[in-house]
Formats: sequence, structure tokens, C-alpha cells
Amino acid sequence: MRVLVCIKRVPAPGGKVLITEDGTDIDTRHLGFTIGPHEECAVEEAVQLVAEHGGHVTVLTAGPPEAEEQLRYALSMGANAGVLVEHGAHDPQATATALTETIRTLESEDGNFDLILFGNESADVGNYQVGIRVACALERPVVGGIKGIDVADESTHVLLHRENADGVEVYQAPLPAVAAVKEGLNLPRYPSIQGRLRAKKAPLRTVQPKTAPGGLRTVQLRQPPEKQHETVVLGYGADAADSVVDLLTEKGVV
Amino acid sequence: MNTLPGSADVVVIGAGIAGNSVAHHLAQAGWRNIVLLDKGPLPDPGGSTGHASNFIFPVDHSKEITAITVDSMHQYEKLGTMTTSGGIEIARSEARAEELKRRMASATAWGIHSELISPAKVAELVPFLDSSIVKLGFWTPSVAVVDPLQSGALMREQAQALGALTVSANTEVTGIDTQRGRVSKVRTDRGDIDTDTVVVACGVWSPRIAQMAGARIPLVPVVHQLIDVGPIPELEQTHSEIGYPIVRDMDPLMYERQSGADLEIGSYAHRAIMHEPDDIPSYEAAQLSPTQLPFTQEDFDPQMEDALELFPQILNTPGAGIRHSINGLLSLTPDGGPLLGETPEVKGLWSAASVWIKEGPGVGRLLAEWMTHGSTEIDLHSADIARFYPNQRTTTHVRARADEGFNKIYGIVHPNEQWESNRGQRLSPFHPREVELGATFFEVGGWERPHWYESNRPLLEEYADRISDRPHEWDARWWSPIINAEHLAMRERVAMIDLTAFAQFDVSGPGAVDYLQRMALAQVDKDVGKAIYTPILDYYGGFRSDLTIIRLGTDSFRIITGGADGARDKKWFTDHLPEDGSVAFADVTSAVCTIGLWGPRARDVLSAVTEDDVSSQAFPFGTAQHITVDGVPTLALKISYVGDLGWELHAPFEQGLRLWDALFEAGREHGVVPAGIGVYGTTGRLEKGYRLMGAELELEYNPVEAGLALPKVKSPDFIGKEPYLKAREHGPEATLCTLTMDDHTDSTGVRRYPQAHSPILTTTGDRIVDSKGRGAYVTSAGSAPTLGEYLLMGYLPAPYATEGTGLLVEYMGERYPVTVARAGRTPLFDPDDERMKA
Repeated sequence: MRVLVCIKRVPAPGGKVLITEDGTDIDTRHLGFTIGPHEECAVEEAVQLVAEHGGHVTVLTAGPPEAEEQLRYALSMGANAGVLVEHGAHDPQATATALTETIRTLESEDGNFDLILFGNESADVGNYQVGIRVACALERPVVGGIKGIDVADESTHVLLHRENADGVEVYQAPLPAVAAVKEGLNLPRYPSIQGRLRAKKAPLRTVQPKTAPGGLRTVQLRQPPEKQHETVVLGYGADAADSVVDLLTEKGVV
Repeated sequence: MNTLPGSADVVVIGAGIAGNSVAHHLAQAGWRNIVLLDKGPLPDPGGSTGHASNFIFPVDHSKEITAITVDSMHQYEKLGTMTTSGGIEIARSEARAEELKRRMASATAWGIHSELISPAKVAELVPFLDSSIVKLGFWTPSVAVVDPLQSGALMREQAQALGALTVSANTEVTGIDTQRGRVSKVRTDRGDIDTDTVVVACGVWSPRIAQMAGARIPLVPVVHQLIDVGPIPELEQTHSEIGYPIVRDMDPLMYERQSGADLEIGSYAHRAIMHEPDDIPSYEAAQLSPTQLPFTQEDFDPQMEDALELFPQILNTPGAGIRHSINGLLSLTPDGGPLLGETPEVKGLWSAASVWIKEGPGVGRLLAEWMTHGSTEIDLHSADIARFYPNQRTTTHVRARADEGFNKIYGIVHPNEQWESNRGQRLSPFHPREVELGATFFEVGGWERPHWYESNRPLLEEYADRISDRPHEWDARWWSPIINAEHLAMRERVAMIDLTAFAQFDVSGPGAVDYLQRMALAQVDKDVGKAIYTPILDYYGGFRSDLTIIRLGTDSFRIITGGADGARDKKWFTDHLPEDGSVAFADVTSAVCTIGLWGPRARDVLSAVTEDDVSSQAFPFGTAQHITVDGVPTLALKISYVGDLGWELHAPFEQGLRLWDALFEAGREHGVVPAGIGVYGTTGRLEKGYRLMGAELELEYNPVEAGLALPKVKSPDFIGKEPYLKAREHGPEATLCTLTMDDHTDSTGVRRYPQAHSPILTTTGDRIVDSKGRGAYVTSAGSAPTLGEYLLMGYLPAPYATEGTGLLVEYMGERYPVTVARAGRTPLFDPDDERMKA
């Protein structure tokens, strides 16, 4: 089966996210870049599906030229081909349009992807839109929040599992289909050295689509007020024992 | 929230391995009211200690680094934080195999048990390694892995148990105040601390902290890349952090070590990736920690291929992936050495920077000793922060040398290898002439000094029967037979040597005599115009320096010392100036240029350009006179480090070119040659048995052992007098000897020329160790063209220090027979110094 995974280059922040002086972006001077955990699971799932059913995994990203690093990371996990859509906007509408156009181009050349996987939401801005917009534009079924994928009959449909408070919802979607997956779907592998060396040499395809701007723009980023963690010292050594017992009693654990 | 004391006897900034160790050893040495600060949390404040690879290979070509490392290993072992794994350095190439043989010689010289082992033995020790690409292994069973964070915690605990230490984490230093050049206060975001002593142990941040007090700590943060690959069943099965020997794959400049179920692969092969101390992220803003920066994959890719070649079996394990990868920051200095001691700019501001995990505990102990007693047991001349001249402390210099030096960390570095970057910093006025004469320049203290001159190549023919080339490339690297030809021309005719790199200090005032009496071993209260050669001792009676003092007037003296040690000497002398202002000290190095004019025709040359009387009656040996040379006022010293008739001629810097041209022109008819430092520092010196600071002379040896004790002991007190008197009474534990080679030929029939640091062994190949535990090794080596010998110097205990004794010298994996030609200081060439006194 042919699987497409859409990934996004995002900063890998530390304990505190710094904002640039003009307040419109994250300060990434000291940060590395990565793909979000949902997307790591999407890549892993695609690689496993193809290992089981045969086929081909393509990874697609829309972003700056540096996003090549994330495509190669996905390739080092086992994906077969990478496509970079050079695209600067943060807007989900514009991103979706760029991806849709590229997917159409790719499909016109080699046929439809049976399954297109997205992370449920991006790790940086979290708009929860791109996957659904692309699916709608391609007129394909889409389910979000997916934590399990079964391909019973690869030529006709796929079963998509989604957890809710009371249990698991299972959707049957005809192929080709789109799924937005969540962390926990699987345990993504670390790239092997051989995988990395293979990925380093793999050719990437770059496309520059003409797309209209979307409707969202960043006005201002603000740091939320820091949460204050109050630490109360109950005492030291044996002297603290009574206070600890009182506290445990109060909390109802003893 | 903890509160800081308002005052402290010492504030140690930085709770990495260096800071913890300094605080600990200060407490052990009796210091109290110690405050240890770090801006990060404990136990891992986020510096380089927290991500280091933590393994220790004890053998280094440097004696002092090896000594510090061994000291550290004893301390880690005592703390219970060391696991011995053994370690192998492997050679894939012939050149590296030779280097491993040189490592083996260093191991023997410094007393570390190591062995050269076959590829099969390597495979036996590390069964999952592809030994088919290995040519030779260098196995050191004592190689170990340590836990520096736990060690630091234990060191703090011990100091706290003594009631000596207050620790304050999450405390950022915001300023360091000084008063009259001395530290007075440390300002932090949790309050200020009055103190007159501060230790900067801030690793990659050290320059930024020292800058607050107005001092420079010359280092640059540089990235070292490492990755962890796992899980690997072969490693997992050991159920330990480290169950197999650590492998240093030296040719691709990398290492591989087990870390639990993973193989950690580290590299020193990538480009030097430098950072700014001010631009390192804060603890909160960093992804992992401030010193674990995002991995730059493309820099590491070639290393993965190299690692895969050596460990194909385990690195291709299905399911084994790259689980961790960082660009880890470490500190790099202009020469790669640590930065220890009080900063030359600010009194009371000490540096414990650019310290590797393997050195941390030893550095702490030595620094505490230094701060407490003013001297250290191990000579730290190549680790002393004061070794750098101002031009070597600039950002330009530090970055240029760190860039060039990064790949030398695992590189094959010839002992005479010259730096290529940021050259041409300090040029003597003769430099344009030297360039015209085709000088090959070597660098000292930033000075460009001719080592030999291409213009003298025709001399090779003239002296063809007395000069032998060195057939082995390694022996001939950074060397030329022209040096020997220049030497012979000097001995037969006359030579001019550029000595402008000398450091020169003028000392004057009513307290000058008393001051210099206290500094020098020799009597300095001599007639005006006397040149006084003297050892300068430290408080333990070892060599701090050796230099010449000229009495210029009743209350004025000039100190002339070597270019290599001038910066350290300046600090030593200025540190001991009397506080009453009775002595003025001026560094006149940049005002004076110097030519050494030596050889049997030196007087003929000098007479031709001066009207002053330079006869032996009017200008006796060991004296100084102001003369005029072609109109240039010149301070002439009738002394010689090469053992020939002649003078050191010191002139105003701006008149140097004129002095050079006048002498060169007058010298033509006497066959004058320009000669380089190859003659001055090696061939001429060795024939005369003169000792060199940093080679023969160092803190661990005293004047009695070096043969430099004087017949009489002067009555005024001087630094090191008491131990000097004891040493005289006790006699030498070892005596500095000069040895000749009996046979240069190696097992393949090639003539070899052993170099400094080669171990000296008994005829049965055993190490020679004196009663103080000091092993015998070659301190200096070089040709003696006039004698037709190749000479080696080294300290030997009785009974080996007897002329005629046969011994062995180990060099590049082979042993060569040598004979003790001289025990003591009497020169082999012109033993009665008749030539100099002519």
C-alpha cells in the first residue's frame, strides 16, 4: 500500500520557551528542531504498515529549506521518499492548500495514496486544522485522535481506533482515507546508524507551489505567567514526622 | 530559601568537578568560611561536568597532565566513584601505530602500566570489534570510568562535615568588585559577599565571570559531539554501566565506550564548532542543559561510518537506534592546557578552568595547595594561567588556536609542531632581514624566532663530513641539518642570533637590592656591571625559573629571562614586590631588542663597529657595559648560553635594524652567519650542558640535583632557602647527567634520534626510579655537532649517575644503548669555559 505521512519542522524547546524581541515568533537561537511526537508515531505506523503489507512510505513537509533535516529523520526511521514543499507561512489554510496541491501532483504521477497520515495537531501552534482541510479538499474521509490503525483488507478499507472516556470508537473508512494520529499509537523507533547513513544519501524532491495566503496571522506571542510552585518545609528529620502524619491524614491516604 | 553569609574567606564559583574539588581541598587544607556558588541547581548545575563522557586514560605525553590525572584517579577511587574498565587506543594506520609506540614510551616514562598489544589481543578484550582493520593496540588496564557528579556531592559533604562550607545553588553571580587590584566582593542575585579570594571554576562560562573582575580567562567553548546507540544485547548482558574496555579509535579521532546497554560514540574529528560564553542558553531556556546543545547531524555523519567499520556487529543490531545525541560544550584554550592559578590581572582571583574530568580532583588539590602555600608539589608551568602573554589572551588568538587545536585533541602532534594560525604577532626589528635570509620561524610567546636560515644551506656542503641527516621523517620533522651547520660555523667563525624574545624587567629603587636578594638564590649585591646567573626557587626549593640579573647601578637592575617563561616570571616577580613602594618594576621587553654575537671571531666583528674597548682585559666575562655600536647605544653582556666568545647586545627596539645591519656588514669578512634558536636552544646549549627551564629545571627538582648549587650560600634570606639548605646537606636524590648514544640504529637498520621524554632504562630494560619516586627520562635531546655526538640529558639516581654507566633509552618502541658521559654540570664541550672567557 502507498502511505503518505505529513510532518512539520518544529523547535524542540527546553523548560522555558523564549520569544523573539518583536514578539512574533519563538526564539530558536539555542534550540534544535524536531517533529512532534504525534508525527513520530505517524511515521512509525506507516513504516510498520508497509513492512507488513508491502508498499511505499512517502514523507511530505511544508516548511523552510531546513525542514530537509526532518524529512531525512523520517527517512532514517524507514520512510522511502521525501518531498519538501518550500513554504514560509504559519497559516493552516495556506499550508493545507500547499500540501493539497502537492499531493495532487504526486498522485497524478504515481497514483493515489491509500492512506494519508497527519499528526493530530502540530507541536508548536496546535491549530488542529491542516489534516482535516487537506482531507476535505481531496474529498476523502478523515478521522482525528487515532490511536490504532488496522488494515484488514488493504484494497478497500481501514479501521481507525479512537479512545474516548468510556472506551474505544472504531471507524471503518473506505480507502483512500486520511487519519490524524496521536502519541501512544505505537512506540516510535530510534533511527539506526544504517538508517541515518541511508537517509543522508537519499534524494529529496523539492516543490515550490503557488498558494494564496490564508486567513490567520500572528499578531503577538505572550509568555503566560509562570506557575509558582509553593514548597512548604514541614520540618527536618524525626521532628517532621507528626506534620507528615497530619498531612497524610488530611489528604485521606491513611 | 538559603541565605548567604555576608562575608567569606573564599568564594568558589561553579559547582562542577573543578569547583567542588577546590572547595573540598581548601577545607582539607584548613580553610573555613568557604562559600560555593552555582547559578544552576544541584547536583547537576548544567555545566560540562554533567554531560562529560567520564572516562579516564591516564597516559598523556605531558608529565604534569599525567601526574594530575593519576592524582585524580586516586581521589576518585577513594571516593568510591570509579569503575576500572581498562582501555585500548587502537591504530588503523602505520603513522598511528608509531604514535602508539610513543604513547608507550610516555607510559613507561611516567610510570603507568600499559602494553602494546596485537589485533588478536584487542579482539580478545573487545570481542565485537572488527580487528581486521586494527594494526596495533595500546592497552592500559587502569583506564576507568568515574562519576564526577557523585564525586562532587561527596566532596561537598566532606567539606560541610568540617563546618567549612556553605553551598548555594541557583545563585547567579552578577558582579565581582575589586579594590586596588584585588578582589573585594562577589555580588549575586541572593546577596553580596565580602571576600578577598575568589576561585572561578565556571567551565565554559569562566571568561564571562572573570571579566566581571577585569581579568581574562582565555578559553572558548567548543562543541564535542557524542551519540548513544542501543539497546545492544552484548552490552546489556553485562548488567553494568561499563563491562568492556573503552576503545579510542585514534585514526578517525573518536572513541567508543559502553554505557549500560548502549555504545556511546564520541568524536573530535568534526570541524571546530565554537560558541561565545555570553551566548550559552540559560538552564531554563536550554533544551537539555546549557552545555548540551542541539546535535548538528551533518557534522557527525562521517563518524558514523567510521564507527560502523569498527563495530559492524553491534551497531547493526536490529532495533538498536541512536537514542541520544548532543553537541556537548567543553573548554578549549590556545594551547589546549588547563588554566590554573591566580589571574595575572587581579589579585585574589584564581582560575580553575578548562579542566577535564580526568584532572578535576587533582586540580582541586593542587590549586588549594597553591592558594595555601604559594607553591605546588607538581610543577604546573604548562597549566599556569599566567603562562600567556597579553597577546595570547585576546579573543582573536584564543579562537584562532582553538579552531586549529580542536582536531589535535586526538591528533598525532609532533613535540616541535608549530601552530599555523594567528602567526606574526610579535616581530623583532630584525624580522625583515630574517625573512630575506629565508628563516624558518618557530613561535614562542607569540614571538617569531628564526629556528634556522635557508641562506645557510651552502654550509651543508662545507661541513658535509661532520653533519648527518636524519633518515626517519619523524626525527627530521620540524628540524633541519642546517641547524648543525650554523652551529659549526658559529664555533669556527661567528654567528648572530636574534634573542629579542627575551622578557626583560627593570627593577630599581632603594629596596631593589633587598628585594632581589629575597627572590634569587645567587648573591645579587655585587659590583655594578656584574651579570649574575641565578636560579629562582619556589617556597619548596624547586625551580621557579633561572635567569640573568644585571646590576646596572647601585639601586637598579635588569632581569633577563627566557621568552617561554617571561609571562610567568613577571607574575612571580610582581607578586613579591614590597608593599612599601621602595621598588619600581618595569617590563621593558617591548623596548629592547637583542642580538647574540658569538664565536671565535665575535670580537673582530664587534671591534669593527664600536670604538669602545672590548678586549678581555677591558670587558671581562660575566660583566655588562654600555657601549656604542655604529651609533646605537647598546648594553653589552659578556655572557654566553652557547659557550663561545661573544656578547648579548641589547639595543633600543627602534634602532635594532641598524644594529643588525652594522654587525652583519662588519661580519662579512669574518664569515658571519645568522644562526637560529636551533643552535641557541639546543645544539650550543647541550654541548655546554646548560639547563633549560621547563625541561631540566622545574619545581620537582632542586639546584643540588640540577648541579646548580653554588659553592657558598649567601647570608640574606631568599625564597626557598630553607629547603635549599636541606638539599645541600642531604645531597641529591638524582643527578642531572648528560648521556651519549652508543648506537643509533634500529632493528630495520635506520638511524634514529630519540627525543625528549623518552624513558631511560637499565640495561635489562627496567625503569629507573629515584627514592622520591621520580622516574628517569630524557629532559632534552639534540645534536652536538662539534663533539660529533648526539646528547641526551636526564636525572639519574645513584648508582646510575656515574660516568661510563651503560643504560638504555626507549624510543618509538625500540631500545638504544646509551652511556652516561657526564654526571653534573661540567660541560662536555670546553669544560673550562676557555672560549667564553677569551
